[in-house]
Amino acid sequence: MIRDFEYFAPKTLEEALSLLDKYRETCKVIAGGQSLLKLMRAGLITPQYLIDIKGMSELDYIKSEGKNGLKIGALTTHRAIEESPMIQNGFSTLVEMERILAFIQIRNWGTIGGNLCHADPAQDPAPVLMALNAKLRASSLKGERTIAIEDFFTDYLKTALEPNELLTEIQVPAVPPHTGTAYTKLNIIENDLAIVGVAVSITLSSSTDLCQDVRIALGASAPTPIRAKRAEGVLRGKKITDDLLTEAGEKASAEAEPLSDINASAEYRRQLVKILVKRMGKEALTRAKQA
Amino acid sequence: MKKELRLTVNGEAHELYVEPKSLLMDVLRDQLGLTGAKRSCDTNTCGACTVILNGMAVHSCSILALQANGGEVLTVEGLAKKTELHPLQKAFLDYGSVQCGFCTPGMLMSAKALLDKNPTPTKQQMKEAIDGNLCRCTGYNSIIRAITAVVNGEYKEEK
Repeated sequence: MIRDFEYFAPKTLEEALSLLDKYRETCKVIAGGQSLLKLMRAGLITPQYLIDIKGMSELDYIKSEGKNGLKIGALTTHRAIEESPMIQNGFSTLVEMERILAFIQIRNWGTIGGNLCHADPAQDPAPVLMALNAKLRASSLKGERTIAIEDFFTDYLKTALEPNELLTEIQVPAVPPHTGTAYTKLNIIENDLAIVGVAVSITLSSSTDLCQDVRIALGASAPTPIRAKRAEGVLRGKKITDDLLTEAGEKASAEAEPLSDINASAEYRRQLVKILVKRMGKEALTRAKQA
Repeated sequence: MKKELRLTVNGEAHELYVEPKSLLMDVLRDQLGLTGAKRSCDTNTCGACTVILNGMAVHSCSILALQANGGEVLTVEGLAKKTELHPLQKAFLDYGSVQCGFCTPGMLMSAKALLDKNPTPTKQQMKEAIDGNLCRCTGYNSIIRAITAVVNGEYKEEK
């Protein structure tokens, strides 16, 4: 049973930020609510005030900024991202990720910003956005700041947002030439949460086949989504071979701090990280060569 | 404190007063008496509560009623025109797509949302559209056959 709360539905960002500033820790922001309402129903979250920003259309947009990449408003739905020609052209890994994120009913109503702020390490957008080197814009009455996505998640279901701050925009830089990105997750039921999710982005140097840059991000492999930086170190500057990808998988597996839960043991998750990092590394490499 | 909620449901405008914590499903079932959308898993999983909100299939158990303020809702009760069943409903009957019937309203609404946007979906797109609706009796093949029959024009909608 959901506990009673006082409800506000601000129409503008300014109004929403004033409410946040006033109520801070006693309030909770709801966007699509596809994750939040479950926690409220279970009595795990009992806010005194609920600020409903779902209807705030000024944060619902996808803008292409050419060389500067892509800007996605925090209230853009998963379905809108999936169906956006702007994202399909050049950021297709985001589309692939959205298509397996959840059932269509949830994708229709849930938002990308709400998903990130829920900060469940098993969710799909975070690892993909980490591989794409995304930045997040947060606003408060005092102003704005930009947070690298890998600094956004501080603990299980916790983010770096201050109580008076709202996530307003996701900024995805333009993908460099000769770059391939891939994401996959393993789960029992299709479209369910990941048991482990892995995103890999590889940029090859234009003249040689050497790996110029690489980003490996893991979902459901630690209390937060994480980057596997030691695994990246195995590949950076090298000509990527099967053996190197195996080594990167092993390093990533050692870097992971998986939890055991109803879906899988920590040991099983470590094994999955090893395999999926290699598999996605291979896929990203193939795509980089074609790009 | 109750808040005002304006909602058009199956073409009829309503002005209601609801608790902020009321879910869309609560308002449809308990205040409007439309019990087609089923209260089932209550955790955004099974799809038995699916309705169409502003043209999109959504889980009515996982949306606050106030979030639908000003919106248009279509429930399974709004599919038939008086005594004339909707083509999807006729096809579901003819193709044995209903056994216990619990998932049926949700299945119908997911199928309707799909056909409204894309009248000629592929089999894969049909599967994706009902992916969020669990059925534990007839299985999904008979449901896909029924949707296919409608797509193939076996059932004409009454004008």
